[in-house]
Parts: sequence; C-alpha cells; structure tokens
Amino acid sequence: MVKIIKKEVLTPQIKLMVIDAPRVARHAKAGQFVIVRINEEGERIPLTIADFDSEKGTVSIIFQEVGKSTIQLGELNEGDHITDFVGPLGKEIEEKNFGHVVCVGGGVGIAPIYPKAKVLKKLGNRITSIIGARSSDLLFWEDRMQSVSDALYVTTDDGSYGEKGFVTSVLDRVIQKEKIDLVIAVGPLMMMKMVSLLTKKYELPTLVSLNPIMVDGTGMCGCCRVTVGKECKFTCVDGPVFDGHSVDYDELLARQRNYLEEEKRAVENWLMKKAEEGVHHAK
Amino acid sequence: MPNNRLNGRPKMPQRTVQERIRDFDEVPLGLEKWAAIEEAKRCLQCKKPSCMKGCPVEIDIPGFIGLLAQGKIDEAVMKIKEKNSLPAICGRVCPQEEQCESLCVLGKKGQPIAVGYLERFLADYEREQGIDLQKMPTQNGKKVAIIGSGPAGLTCAGDCAKMGHKVTIFEALHSAGGVLIYGIPEFRLPKAIVAQEVDYVKSLGVELELSVVVGKTLTFDDLLQDGFKAFFIGTGAGLPHFMNLPGENLNGIYSANEFLTRSNLMKAFRFPEYDTPTKVGRRVSVIGGGNVAMDSARTALRLGAEEVCLVYRRTKKEMPARIEEIERAEEEGINCIILTNPVRFVGNENKWVTGIECIQMELGEPDESGRRRPIPVPGSEFVIPADTVVVAIGQGPNPLLLETLPELKLNKRGYIEANEVTGATSIPGVYAGGDIVTGAATVISAMGAGKKAARAIDDYLKNKS
Ligand SMILES: Cc1cc2nc3c(=O)[nH]c(=O)nc-3n(C[C@H](O)[C@H](O)[C@H](O)COP(=O)(O)OP(=O)(O)OC[C@H]3O[C@@H](n4cnc5c(N)ncnc54)[C@H](O)[C@@H]3O)c2cc1C
Ligand SMILES: Cc1cc2nc3c(=O)[nH]c(=O)nc-3n(C[C@H](O)[C@H](O)[C@H](O)COP(=O)(O)OP(=O)(O)OC[C@H]3O[C@@H](n4cnc5c(N)ncnc54)[C@H](O)[C@@H]3O)c2cc1C
Ligand code: SF4
Ligand code: SF4
Ligand code: FES
Repeated sequence: MVKIIKKEVLTPQIKLMVIDAPRVARHAKAGQFVIVRINEEGERIPLTIADFDSEKGTVSIIFQEVGKSTIQLGELNEGDHITDFVGPLGKEIEEKNFGHVVCVGGGVGIAPIYPKAKVLKKLGNRITSIIGARSSDLLFWEDRMQSVSDALYVTTDDGSYGEKGFVTSVLDRVIQKEKIDLVIAVGPLMMMKMVSLLTKKYELPTLVSLNPIMVDGTGMCGCCRVTVGKECKFTCVDGPVFDGHSVDYDELLARQRNYLEEEKRAVENWLMKKAEEGVHHAK
Repeated sequence: MPNNRLNGRPKMPQRTVQERIRDFDEVPLGLEKWAAIEEAKRCLQCKKPSCMKGCPVEIDIPGFIGLLAQGKIDEAVMKIKEKNSLPAICGRVCPQEEQCESLCVLGKKGQPIAVGYLERFLADYEREQGIDLQKMPTQNGKKVAIIGSGPAGLTCAGDCAKMGHKVTIFEALHSAGGVLIYGIPEFRLPKAIVAQEVDYVKSLGVELELSVVVGKTLTFDDLLQDGFKAFFIGTGAGLPHFMNLPGENLNGIYSANEFLTRSNLMKAFRFPEYDTPTKVGRRVSVIGGGNVAMDSARTALRLGAEEVCLVYRRTKKEMPARIEEIERAEEEGINCIILTNPVRFVGNENKWVTGIECIQMELGEPDESGRRRPIPVPGSEFVIPADTVVVAIGQGPNPLLLETLPELKLNKRGYIEANEVTGATSIPGVYAGGDIVTGAATVISAMGAGKKAARAIDDYLKNKS
C-alpha cells in the first residue's frame, strides 16, 4: 500500500502523481520503472519513474489515460492509496559524459525522457531536447525540460503550439547543424521507429525505451519479449532501454495490439458499472 | 457402502468431466471421514517404515496414520505438522506415487496406503473444523530474511520461527506462495488453501513483505544494515524457456508462466471483473509433457477452448507429468500428439499465430537422462493449426537477484551451488534451497530443502553469538 501525496493535472488526459514510496525512491535511477496495481482486482501496469527524491522518499509518475487502469488511476486523489507499487524495475541508463546528447520525447514520453536528461546534464553532457505532441493540450513539462537542457525545441503535429510538424524534422535539422554523440528517444513506438530510421542513416548511436505489455515485470512471464538484433529480450529485465537500431518495431507494434478487444470491453464494462452506481447514488 | 475401492485402497471421488471443465473449481473432492479411517486401518504400522524414506520432509507416516485409525484426528494433524507446515498442499500436489507411496510395503503385493489422500483429508478436516494448533514460539530476536515465498521459503520461514527466530519473508509478487499461487491452477490447488497455509506461517510470528523485489527494491546490503543475520534464498526457477524458433513472438504465443500467471495470480478467468485479460482461441496447442503443460492445457479448456492438444517430442511413457494428471487431462478430452517437435510457428498478416509447423520424431539411443533421445524423421514436416500456443518446455533460474550478488557461486546451469545437507552457499550466513538450487523440481523437495536450511541457520546463529 502506498499513498498518493500530490496530484497534478498536466493536461486533461495526462496526470502526475507523487507517491510516498521511500524504498523505491532510495534505489531509483533514470530509465527505471515501477509496476502499479491499483486495487485487488487491478492489473499490473508499468509506469516510468518520471522523477524521484531519495531524501523525501517520493517517486513521481506521469500517465496518459488510455484505458481502464490509467483512467481509474486518474480518478484517485491526494490521500488515496494504491495497493501495489513495485520497483525500481529494469536497468538504468548508462550514466556518463557522452558529450552532446539529444533527448527526444514524444507525448507522454516526455515524462521518461526528463530524468534521463536531468542526470546526463548533471554529468556534464550538453543536452539538446526536442519534445513534441499531437497538439498543445498534450504538452507538459516544457519548463522542466528547459531547466535541464542547453537547447529546447517544441513541436506539435497540428501546429497549435511551438513548431508545426514532427520531432523527427527538428532532429534532422539538428543533425545537419551539429555533432551529436547520442540520441535518446522515448515516446509512441511509431515515433521511436521513425527516429531510429533517421539516425540510422547518419550512424548516430540511439537509445529507445520500449513499452510492451507486461505482467510481472521481474522476468518471470516473458510477456514483454521483443526481438533486439536477432535475440529475444525481456524488456522488464534486459531493458526497457535498448539500441534503437536493433529493435524489431513491427513485431512490437503487433504485440501491443494483442488485447485491443479486451481493453475496449474493460473500459465499456467499467463505465457502465460506474453509471449504474451513479444511478444508485442519485436515488 | 459405495464401491469405490481398488484392492482395498479408496479411490478419490472426483467431479465428472462435464461438470468440471466448465469452471475452475477443484476436481478431486477428498475422502470422507469414514473412508479415511478405513484406509488408515489398513496400514501395517511397520517397525521400520519404508514409506518414510520417500518423504523429503520425514513425516512420521505410521505415526499420523495410527492416530487417524484411532479416530484421534487432532493429534494426527499435529503429528504431520511437526514436520510439514503445509499438509493441505502436499496432500494435493506431491507426486506421492513416486515418493512415500512408492515405498510402502503394501505396494509390493497389492495397493500401497493412500498416504497423500490421508494427509489431505486431515489437513482439510483441520481447516474446516478450525482446530487451533498455534503455540506462538518465543522469539530470541535473531533476524532471518527469507527471499521468495514459494514452498521452500515458507517452510524455512515457518521452521526458523518455530526455533524462536524473528523471520521476515520478502516476496516480489503481490501474493505469497510462489508457484503455488501463480502456477498451479485453482482446480488442482485452491488458492484459499494456499492463503490459509500462508496465514498459518504468519501465525507463527513470521512477517510477510509483499511487492519487494530483493536486488531491486532492497539490496542485500540494505538487509544487512537492517540487522538481518542469516538469509535463505528460495527464489525458484521462474525464468521461462522459449524454443528460439522462427515466429515465436507472434501474438497468441504464451510462455506457460504467462498463461498460468494471467489465469491464476491475476484471475483473468474472471475478466472483466478482474482487469487482466487473457486470450484463448478455438484451437490451443500446448508444447511440453510435464505438470506445467498439463496445467496449461486444462486451463485452456476451462477458458473456453474447443480443442486442446499437447505436443510432445517423446512418447507418453516419458512424459514427466504425474500420471494422475495425464489421466485427468485425457479424460477431459485433451489430445496428446506424441513424437512431434515444433520447428517453426506460422502466422497471418496481422502477426497472429495460425499454426505450428512440426516434424515427426522417433526414439533413438538413451541420452544422459536415461530416456531415449528423440530424433527427427527427415521430410515428415506437417502443420498443426492453432490460434493459441502455450510453450511449456521448462524454466531456468531467474538471474535478477543473482546478478546483484556476484560473489555467490553458481553452477554451470546458473543455479546456486548449495550444500545438499545444509543449504549453505559460498557466502557465510546465506543459505539456499528449492528450485533455485535444483532446477524445476517438486513442492515437497523445495520444502525439504527449506527445512534443512532452517536447521542449519539455527546452528549458524547459535554459533555466531
Ligand atoms: C517500461 C514501461 C514504461 C511505461 N511508462 C509509462 C509512463 O510513464 N506513462 C504512461 O502513460 N504510460 C507508460 N507506459 C505505458 C502504460 O503501461 C500503458 O499505457 C498502460 O498499461 C495502459 O493500461 P490501461 O489499462 O489504462 O490501458 P489498456 O486498456 O490496457 O490499453 C489501452 C491502449 O494502450 C495500449 N497499451 C496497453 N498497454 C500498453 C503499454 N504497456 N504500452 C503502450 N501502450 C499500451 C493498448 O494497445 C491500447 O491501445 C509504460 C510502459 C512500459 C512497458
Ligand atoms: C504449473 C506448475 C505445476 C506444478 N505442479 C507440481 C505438482 O503437481 N507437484 C509438485 O510437487 N510440483 C509441481 N510443480 C513444481 C513446484 O511448484 C516447484 O518445484 C516449487 O514450487 C518450487 O518451490 P520454490 O520455493 O523453490 O520456488 P517458487 O515456488 O518458484 O517460489 C519462488 C518465489 O520467489 C519469488 N522471488 C523470485 N525472485 C525474487 C526476488 N528477487 N525477491 C523476492 N522474491 C523473489 C517468486 O516471486 C516466487 O514467489 C509445478 C510447477 C509449475 C510451474
Ligand atoms: S509430504 Fe508428500 S511425500 Fe511426504 S508423506 Fe506427504 S504426500 Fe508423502
Ligand atoms: S510402509 Fe505402508 S504399511 Fe508400512 S507404515 Fe508405511 S504406510 Fe504403513
Ligand atoms: S513482464 Fe513478465 S517477463 Fe517481463
């Protein structure tokens, strides 16, 4: 059982929660994640550690409401409890001075890119950040990203804020202009795939953080398996960060769609249940 | 009296196939009291009971059976619990026919005593009648950390607590029990029973900390700093093996661990009441021939599959599953395709599995394990249509914790090297047992290892101060 000590609505669909979890905070590193189970009936969902404070014993998570579990999580408030909060899981990113690092965050991927940029900045790297979203109301943490970046670019697909277009077009421009030592990209799979295709052309080392469906998060089930190079890897223990040029994105895209029907049913079923309860309360 | 005996030995009453394949309730129903007492009376009370040699935790078998024969049920239960804190579980899942029962003298000419059935009866009776056995041991304050709450960890914890130590179990998952809770299905081992056995261990003063992954959430150094003086590693063999065949990551292909975890631990069979989904198509193929394969196949059937088959590369004789379980699976209509080995998985344009391309095998010379080695018959490839595949070909050691302890000596296969008698590892004060030492084995051997380690830990702590 952990307690939500702060909740912030970043955009209508993206929420931040600060969780009181001293044990997780103590060993947390950039790149790692937690598994969250809201209640006894809940599923185990992975969420990146977006920030942490080892002294205060807190861990921040940021999530986009895409299905039953994340919508339900979003309805919890400060003071409420979450049944399970396990972590820190997965491997941390290599912490060293690479030189010039470009951090690309797409959508809710801004949350996991932030701690990476933060720690790499501390280690003396020059950080160029490119963050993007479909539209302005899905953007958040521009200020935070600014605080850990030497240069920051913002894009929206629809041009409602920042530059109109995709993060990849900005990245392409930066590549033309400057010497880059490492690219880190986190966001929707499609975005990570496009970034990797681009940087492959220039032979730029690229790391991506994968988000397959998971169950245990400790290497016990193999649900999170991905093909990297020619090898089968378990994202939860071997990753979630991998060499972007070696990932089989198409396979992973298909695997993420494994439970589409069930996910839809879960939301519908739950909304119906809530509506019924609402009627009850009204009586 | 109903005629449910075979040469004197009672037959286990069980639910009919039609009834049981529609739900996840337990299949065998347990003996009635009169039948249990009858059976107990058949025991010869041997002076040198050979049956006991087959029990890894050394239960006084004639002792408890003798008490049962006299109708002294409470005392019989206590007799078992002297050695085995999880009798309701062992009575259900021990491969009794290979252990205690295989050595019973009565088995030479006729039918051995149904030791397992009697153990199960007593444990269930105790639970249902609520016999109160607990005596809280006094604690001397030495802190023992148990990593993993499978049968090895639970047993070691229970025994250490009985010796007066202050025990904490750390478990990575959100429920205690290890394979008992995430692997073995409800219809073979009801989770309420596991929960009650865990409660019993807790009632001995053992603390249980769930959702703690040792090596990640807490390190060994953290535990040392917290004052733990001795450690038992019982983390099991939870790493699923895949076959490394083309197409293995297609949708619809599960490891047995994932398939069973979704259903058992996450209760996917009650989706959407529980949030975790699972997917079972019309035609399910399970690859393997052990208990894990049987459990997966029978689970698939209960989740609504129309046709379930097992694909096994040797013959039925070599299948490592318990005979009783193979029989039940076949009764339920599960089809064994033997002498068949997958070579690749076939999928459609959406990357969903549609079948397994297999090759026929024949048995050649015996291999290291003494079983005849299967060899492929060239040109015999064929496709088994399947929309769900469960790979149940075995598990290995999970390296997650081991990687954080480089000084811990492992064997060639990646399991912990531990002394057979004491469970001592290459690090003083650190003991290990169960599947993480032996590789995938049995519940009772894991418990035996936990028991031995508890004794050694007690000695170690006594000598230390
Ligand atoms: C290591 C890791 C870190 C992650 N970090 C974050 C994070 O910081 N913030 C965040 O909002 N999300 C993160 N995710 C994704 C998050 O786990 C999913 O969004 C969540 O499980 C969806 O659950 P749900 O019940 O709300 O939706 P569901 O009903 O399960 O799914 C709804 C939609 O989301 C897709 N989906 C389901 N599971 C995932 C998944 N694991 N990854 C991507 N899409 C998925 C489905 O295909 C579907 O389209 C992370 C995933 C991983 C593996
Ligand atoms: C499907 C299936 C059916 C089986 N059927 C039978 C049967 O009928 N009869 C029989 O005798 N045997 C059976 N077995 C085998 C038997 O279950 C195992 O041999 C036994 O459970 C091993 O016990 P264990 O305590 O060593 O490990 P496990 O039961 O594997 O427990 C290990 C525990 O440690 C936890 N853990 C792992 N790493 C960490 C960490 N770093 N920190 C904290 N916790 C951790 C795990 O989450 C797990 O809960 C079956 C196995 C399976 C998978
Ligand atoms: S614990 Fe297992 S081996 Fe021992 S007596 Fe009971 S059934 Fe037999
Ligand atoms: S060997 Fe058989 S008959 Fe003899 S004591 Fe054991 S169970 Fe009874
Ligand atoms: S989530 Fe189960 S192995 Fe990674």
